[in-house]
Amino acid sequence: MRLLLVLGYIVLAPLVGGLLAGLDRKLTARMQGRIGPPLLQPFYDVKKLLNKEILLINNMQYLFAWCFIIFIVFTGGMFFAGGNILLVFFVFTTAAMFLVLEATTTNSPYSVMGANREMIQMLSYEPMILLTAVGFYTATEAALGQGTFTIREIISMPVPNVVYIPGIFIGFLFILTIKFRKSPFDISMSHHAHQEMVKGVTTELSGGMMAIIEISHWYENVFLYGIVAMFTLCAEWWSIPLTVGVIALTFFLEVLIDNTSARVKWDTMFKTTWVVTLIFGAINIFILQMFG
Amino acid sequence: MDYIVFLILFPFLAAAVLAFVKNNTVRKVVVYTSCGLIMAAAVAFAFWHFTEMDGYEHILYLWTGEETHIIDHIMLGAEFLMMIMIIILGIKNKKFFAPFLSVVGTGLMAWFELSGRVNIETNNLYSDQLTVIMFLLIGLVGSLICIYAVGYMKDYHNHHTEFKDRRTFFFPMLFVFLGAMFGLVASSNLMWIYFFWEVTSVASFLLIGYTRTKEAMNNAFRALWMNLLGGLAFGIAVMYSISKLNVITIQNLVDYVDQSAIVIPILLLSFAALTKTAQLPFSKWLLGAMVAPTPTSALLHSATMVKAGVYLLIRLSPALYNTTAGMMVALIGGFTFLIASMLAITVSDGKKVLAYSTISNLGLIVACTGVATEETVWAAILLLIFHAVSKSMMFQAVGAIENATGSRDIEDMHGLIMSLPLLAFIMVIGIAGMFLAPFGMLISKWAALKAFVDAHNIILILSIAFGSATTMLYWTKWLAKILACKAHSTKVDYKTSPGQWFSLIGHALMMIALCLSLPYLSRIVVEPVIAQVYRVAHVSVLTPEDLIIVVVMLVMIFVIPFLSRVIVKHTKSTPNLEYMAGINQGDNRTFEDSFGHIKYNFLSNWYLTDYFGEDKIWKPVVAVAVGIMVVCAGLVISAVSGGGLL
Amino acid sequence: MAKVSKSPWMLHYDGSSCNGCDIEVLACLTPVYDVERFGVLNTGNPKHADILLITGGINTQNKPVVEQLYSQMPEPKVVCAVGICACNGGVFKDCYNIIGGVDKVLPVDVYVPGCAARPNAIIDGVVKAVAVLEEKRKKYKKERGEKA
Repeated sequence: MRLLLVLGYIVLAPLVGGLLAGLDRKLTARMQGRIGPPLLQPFYDVKKLLNKEILLINNMQYLFAWCFIIFIVFTGGMFFAGGNILLVFFVFTTAAMFLVLEATTTNSPYSVMGANREMIQMLSYEPMILLTAVGFYTATEAALGQGTFTIREIISMPVPNVVYIPGIFIGFLFILTIKFRKSPFDISMSHHAHQEMVKGVTTELSGGMMAIIEISHWYENVFLYGIVAMFTLCAEWWSIPLTVGVIALTFFLEVLIDNTSARVKWDTMFKTTWVVTLIFGAINIFILQMFG
Repeated sequence: MDYIVFLILFPFLAAAVLAFVKNNTVRKVVVYTSCGLIMAAAVAFAFWHFTEMDGYEHILYLWTGEETHIIDHIMLGAEFLMMIMIIILGIKNKKFFAPFLSVVGTGLMAWFELSGRVNIETNNLYSDQLTVIMFLLIGLVGSLICIYAVGYMKDYHNHHTEFKDRRTFFFPMLFVFLGAMFGLVASSNLMWIYFFWEVTSVASFLLIGYTRTKEAMNNAFRALWMNLLGGLAFGIAVMYSISKLNVITIQNLVDYVDQSAIVIPILLLSFAALTKTAQLPFSKWLLGAMVAPTPTSALLHSATMVKAGVYLLIRLSPALYNTTAGMMVALIGGFTFLIASMLAITVSDGKKVLAYSTISNLGLIVACTGVATEETVWAAILLLIFHAVSKSMMFQAVGAIENATGSRDIEDMHGLIMSLPLLAFIMVIGIAGMFLAPFGMLISKWAALKAFVDAHNIILILSIAFGSATTMLYWTKWLAKILACKAHSTKVDYKTSPGQWFSLIGHALMMIALCLSLPYLSRIVVEPVIAQVYRVAHVSVLTPEDLIIVVVMLVMIFVIPFLSRVIVKHTKSTPNLEYMAGINQGDNRTFEDSFGHIKYNFLSNWYLTDYFGEDKIWKPVVAVAVGIMVVCAGLVISAVSGGGLL
Repeated sequence: MAKVSKSPWMLHYDGSSCNGCDIEVLACLTPVYDVERFGVLNTGNPKHADILLITGGINTQNKPVVEQLYSQMPEPKVVCAVGICACNGGVFKDCYNIIGGVDKVLPVDVYVPGCAARPNAIIDGVVKAVAVLEEKRKKYKKERGEKA
């Protein structure tokens, strides 16, 4: 069963992730009063990229790009195998670091600038990621008497986790905007304004390598929606439609925020994220530990 | 026991010989043979321990009668000598606080001992699994540093002709240091531990002041007074426990039946350990210590000196569990972990980043010992091992890089992978070992976080959550600089001496071996320590399933590069210029600006000094740390005095 | 349409133009014309681009820049000259610093005349360029197959 889930993730995640990306572009276009590209546009893009010439600055780029996708897939695999959430997050962070290395090793001004911003993004969201894991642990502790980091056990509680950790959920949704590279926090790889950072960390990637990064983002996004699902999944049957609803709502919200907000400067992002982490994450855990 | 006595005494003997060796070749021979002997003895001792004992036993060495009294007197004499030396140096350099502390400490101790108040016969030496681990670390890492020092100091004096060559002083001090550390971890008698404790303080003072410049002397005296303050606290704790509790060994102190009676000595000993481990507010001394030549920094930061404090805390940990002293240690440690990692972001001097990262990592270890559950002490010991090896390796690598390129600034390490590939590779192993996913440090951090959550300590949870983020930032940006491939750069024509290579590669191999053997390291080496410290039958901290995943990842880390090489070879790609908006001058290094001038393209790292700058946060941080200490001390004293103060 | 032609990403370079054509190129992205319907993205990065869309003529100063940008685009790639200035230099043709149209330095595949070129003309040009791109892709694939 667990092996099946992992295999399912490895095979299906690119499909689901690509579809979500297509839906995102379509929805964005509609919000802007445009018709937008076909739903399958992301697949066309990747297919095209795979058929193009690869221009390299140096071979290290290739190494780190591959490390990035392997670690992302490994993260997702461990997650869907129901392993230890803390370990999953640690590997996830390592993967993000490879993306930074891929950019800095080229020495190109736009890539390095993007990499610096990417590092600030990591600095911003990392505390909330760890607190999310702590939040799950504390929630299971409050509900079952014995805390656990094991994903299988976290999602089979009698009630959804979000009942115990609404603050953590809000904090996590906040940093999700950074991880999805959505406005107002799309500062390192700005998707919408290609002109400012020339797509930052991916400036020097072309053809097949760009395709690798795109595909790993699909894997990454599916994994992140998986984390969202952890907040609402529980042992009851009704939690499944609930989870689907919450994910759909999250998706819509992210697109809406993306289209209604302007990009902020890096220090605004850094400050607000840490403040949100402290207010929603820390206070939630504190209350739960005191009175849970 | 022969091994132990040999390992304590032999370094002093080697030091005595080295003091009279002026010829470089002879010195080399003496240092290499002594280090070889020390390493062999340490390994033989460990081997004997692992084969003869099942890891859960310990041995007491009863050493009574005339000979111990003679040793006691020798120690007292040595303490007086050190005091006189400090006074002379203090007057010379117009520093009076450190000599004052020294006089008070030594005077008190001498009065206490000579008035015949110490009349408890006891076992003076002791060895268990923790001793063995410390012996291995000091023996292997410390000796390798000494070997490295031979080649390094030769280069150092070639580069820095302005400093007087005092190598006949430098090498003996290194060995004295090793001997004192062996003594410290093998002693059971508190008086003995106190003596070796003071020897390490004074030896570090002398080593930091090696160059005799004004800055070096200032930093050396700062290190001295902070450590002597801790030493004074240590001394008072020893006197208190001997006279009030009639306890002279550290084991008996920790096991003392009435837990409420030992709070004062435990608090004082913890305080001493906090000064030694350079926790806030005493962090400045370790930062100042980097003015010394690299082997000194490597020695102070890795296997010795700061680890003495950690060792003491691990020994004390059962008595720290759920007490005010434990709370103080945990809070100071957690706070230091966070703050030092923030400060590490703001500096670009490689050695300074390493110094801050040492303080930060020690903060985590200290916090673990303060929480003092079985998991956290497990994590503390693993962190201690990994930190000692990787930090020593990185200091030596930075030292070698500085000798080769003339700079230890991180910005100047740009493209190191092209100019000094082997040294860069060693740095990469070190940095990866410090924070990346499958390596030891992170596994320990994981266990620590779990234990902090179990302890319901929100402040520690936040420290580790935010501290991990800041830690990751400063390592990642350093790694990024090293791995940047600068176009058209050539290898630096410089030969690092074979001795230095031996030490560096030895460290790298140890590091890799430690990472790969993590499950065994945990089960065979570390878990028995916990069992001994906590007097329980068996401990297992990580589930086998998690460990398997860790090993899988480790294998991945080593396989991926080769796999990628194959893929790169079989993929067609075209070399191309970097994108510089079409004005790349064709060499990937320069571009043409709007005035038609050729400009050099260079992007520095970000340092976030507006947020984490030392000038911004240092004062409030020290105030908070002092506040924590004062409040905790106040709580302990009022509790002891029956709540009379409240 | 297949592969490349379904996702033509373009790089817009503004040569020696009066900015009239550039405004019209941007107009293509607005809801009225919505060029993203055809999968077209304005990337701003030669390494991601398939179509180099140039407005304005080539002068002595931007000649090396245009050449470098073109060299940084991965194969297969096409060049689309938009506006009369890009086609042959336009009203600036006789200026002391103007070399001429884009075809003086790069192999232009599609010419879109007009002053300024209308958005529907530009889109038409891009679609034409896509057809050329498809041709080139087949050729490129064949070449690559032969080499390998």
